[in-house]
Amino acid sequence: MSSYEARFKVWRGDVEGGGLEDFKVEVNEGEVVLDIIHRLQATQAPDLAVRWNCKAGKCGSCSAEINGRPRLMCMTRMSVFTPEETITVTPLRAFPVVRDLVTDVGFNYTKAREVPSFVPPAGLGPGEYRMMQEDVDRSQEFRKCIECFLCQDTCHVVRDHEENKPAFAGPRFLMRVAELDMHPLDAATESGLDRKSTAQDEHGLGYCNITKCCTEVCPEGIKITDNALIPLKERAVDRKYDPLVWLGNKIRRRV
Amino acid sequence: MSVVDRQEWDVVVVGAGGAGLRAAIEARERGARTAVICKSLFGKAHTVMAEGGIAAAMANANPHDNWQVHFRDTLRGGKFLNQWRMAELHAQEAPDRVWELETWGALFDRTKDGRISQRNFGGHEYPRLAHVGDRTGLELIRTLQQKIVSLQQQDFKETGDYESRLKVFQECTVTRVLKDTASSSGSAAGRVSGVFAYDRETGRFFVLEAPAVVIATGGIGKSFKVTSNSWEYTGDGHALALLAGAPLLNMEFVQFHPTGMVWPPSVKGILVTESVRGDGGVLRNSEGKRFMFDYIPDVFKEKYAESEEEGDRWYEDPDNNRRPPELLPRDEVARAINSEVKAGRGSPHGGVFLDVSTRMPAEVIKRRLPSMYHQFKELADVDITAEAMEVGPTCHYVMGGIAVDSDTAAARGVPGLYAAGEVAGGMHGSNRLGGNSLSDLLVFGRRAGWHAAEYAAAQAFERPPVDDVQVDAAAAEALRPFSAESPEEGTPENPYTLHQELQQTMNDLVGIIRREGEMEQALETLAELRVRARRAGVEGHRQFNPGWHLALDLRNMLLVSECVARAALERTESRGGHTREDHPAMERTWRPVNLLCQLADPTGGLAATDPVRGQIDLLRETTEPIRSDLLALFDKEELVKYLAEEELYE
Repeated sequence: MSSYEARFKVWRGDVEGGGLEDFKVEVNEGEVVLDIIHRLQATQAPDLAVRWNCKAGKCGSCSAEINGRPRLMCMTRMSVFTPEETITVTPLRAFPVVRDLVTDVGFNYTKAREVPSFVPPAGLGPGEYRMMQEDVDRSQEFRKCIECFLCQDTCHVVRDHEENKPAFAGPRFLMRVAELDMHPLDAATESGLDRKSTAQDEHGLGYCNITKCCTEVCPEGIKITDNALIPLKERAVDRKYDPLVWLGNKIRRRV
Repeated sequence: MSVVDRQEWDVVVVGAGGAGLRAAIEARERGARTAVICKSLFGKAHTVMAEGGIAAAMANANPHDNWQVHFRDTLRGGKFLNQWRMAELHAQEAPDRVWELETWGALFDRTKDGRISQRNFGGHEYPRLAHVGDRTGLELIRTLQQKIVSLQQQDFKETGDYESRLKVFQECTVTRVLKDTASSSGSAAGRVSGVFAYDRETGRFFVLEAPAVVIATGGIGKSFKVTSNSWEYTGDGHALALLAGAPLLNMEFVQFHPTGMVWPPSVKGILVTESVRGDGGVLRNSEGKRFMFDYIPDVFKEKYAESEEEGDRWYEDPDNNRRPPELLPRDEVARAINSEVKAGRGSPHGGVFLDVSTRMPAEVIKRRLPSMYHQFKELADVDITAEAMEVGPTCHYVMGGIAVDSDTAAARGVPGLYAAGEVAGGMHGSNRLGGNSLSDLLVFGRRAGWHAAEYAAAQAFERPPVDDVQVDAAAAEALRPFSAESPEEGTPENPYTLHQELQQTMNDLVGIIRREGEMEQALETLAELRVRARRAGVEGHRQFNPGWHLALDLRNMLLVSECVARAALERTESRGGHTREDHPAMERTWRPVNLLCQLADPTGGLAATDPVRGQIDLLRETTEPIRSDLLALFDKEELVKYLAEEELYE
């Protein structure tokens, strides 16, 4: 395949507003959308704002919507489009625009702080942790997350419902709760923290109606819905309706 | 005086990769109010790209391993130029630093008995790298990030403010380290007083006043065209230290990782982890030959397999066989690949073949090397379980860096300045072993945070004042690209074009194989670029403007590139990450020689505009003799190959 000239529409603007701007730009074999955005910067629009870092699908910085679909620009090859196609690149819709393709993703950092951290087990010092591979597999899958926030962007609970944001942590951070809950040595329970019920009561797990949109856009292929959210829902429900747990809670509250 | 927002902190950490975050955690835990400044979003630093693992002699996979063996491997890898005390501390403390991560929630891959699994890597005698598949750097950064969040949660409980004692200023760039002038109380001038920075999103300037600054900004790879490094690697910390009056050490040593992707062109340079070879992958040329057997240097002859059969047996029985030469230190492998390609035995796109497909079942490859499988599938349409990868050398790491005290990580000559991680020099000598970077970040990140916090506490009642003149000068310097549109001489320059020319120059003239004439030519080109960079202009305004950001980063890249070129021209031998075609041998007389780069004109005035004079002065110094008990870890016959005559008789 040789070079050709592609047509791009890139959203440009800021908090005040903006719109799609048309570009014609050279495309070469093997290139990805981020290469084209960089070419626009170098040759036509030096102040075009875009976030990126590794350009290898490892850092999760260059998230945007390409023809309306949330994707990493560095992992979207130009060869998936025909040369005739016009390619539209817009910023993540669920977050406020800062400038051009850059959005304010502060929502995610706020939510990250609301999830209580790993609680180290009492009585085990550094070097004394023993865990079997099969017991860490589940949490390791979730720790593959590169925090591109595409799942947060696509989740319809917040995508079109700004009002849900305060009560809903989003797939990424519900998955973080699941990761800690499934960590073989997390001592949250011993410290009086029930991760399952907080998922429901404080992080808005109940808003999720398992449409799997998050799983579909995950560039790491993490089965967010099947492996994190559904099991977490099941565990949260078990917790609520388990008569022994209910009794235990009653007694503890009295003490 | 410019109206610039000012805040007071005890310790400011510049950079939020492994070293910066580890420093910040330590400083905050020792009671210092700590601010972290990083160019990207929190959690996106270059450390996420590290793949293979963290080297630490925990002896989980082989009971014979201990810190002495790790120390020995590190010195051999660095061809004995390492700042030996750093290599000693590193080998001793790395296991504790890894275990500590588990108590913060890290989940490494496990051995059968539930301990941290360790894998083989180039130059390491035993399997030593704690890892998580091939995404260890991500695990490291996320663990440190989450530890920082947990400290902030603690502070929130106690003070009602998450950021009362530890704050991350993300997407901000530091352009100057500020120092005090002669103080009224009679103390000498020149102590660190804070940093000048701008917020990338708004373009606003601000000053963080602090008696201690830890530089942890990583490397310089963005000065080269083919590199595995991200946009952030513009040598900011190296330049900040130079401009503040601290010297850089041994900048000629730049590591070219042997295996970067070579095709398609837009991904050229992206890293292919050394784990591919550690787990059994082999290198072949276009004739199908495992050529590395032809490239075992004399100093390593006894330690590497002589035949493919022996090399293959080593994976199962390492006690009775020697390792395959694919696992030689990176500098050796990179040079060998370069030679094969030059000799016409390369792959179709100018690399060589790296093959795991014939060595391991497809499911094992997908489990052990998931990111590599994904990367080649998505970016190159290559299924690595079915065919060989094409790979070639890519600029990966700089061994040179800020000259520091081994124990405290204090930068030489500037009280209050500390450096840790890739930006600090010395630890890795002339060549870094794979896996020794992540452990370096943790060991010296912690030490830098610790000593910066102690130093800051000692200054608490006499904080060095920020000099308004320096703040105004820094603001004017940062705004310069906006007024470059009507320069007195010549037209404005496009910063992107200047950057591309710089990368091409360094790649072609100061790259993996170096020659005197080419480096002289590089210095001339750098001087021209420096003059043109004064005219680098930008369009638009200060809000999130990448053209402006690049124009400012150019100053740093040009400074650092000159250091690399000057030091490389001076060192007339080949050692580790510095290969001279005109001086191909390693010379024992160069072993005890450090090259220091210093700013020629500390006032920053004339040199910047004068094309003939450079900005950098070179100084030679003799290294501190290696302590005798450490030397005793090696055989005499081995030492003879490395040490200078006079060192042997001491």
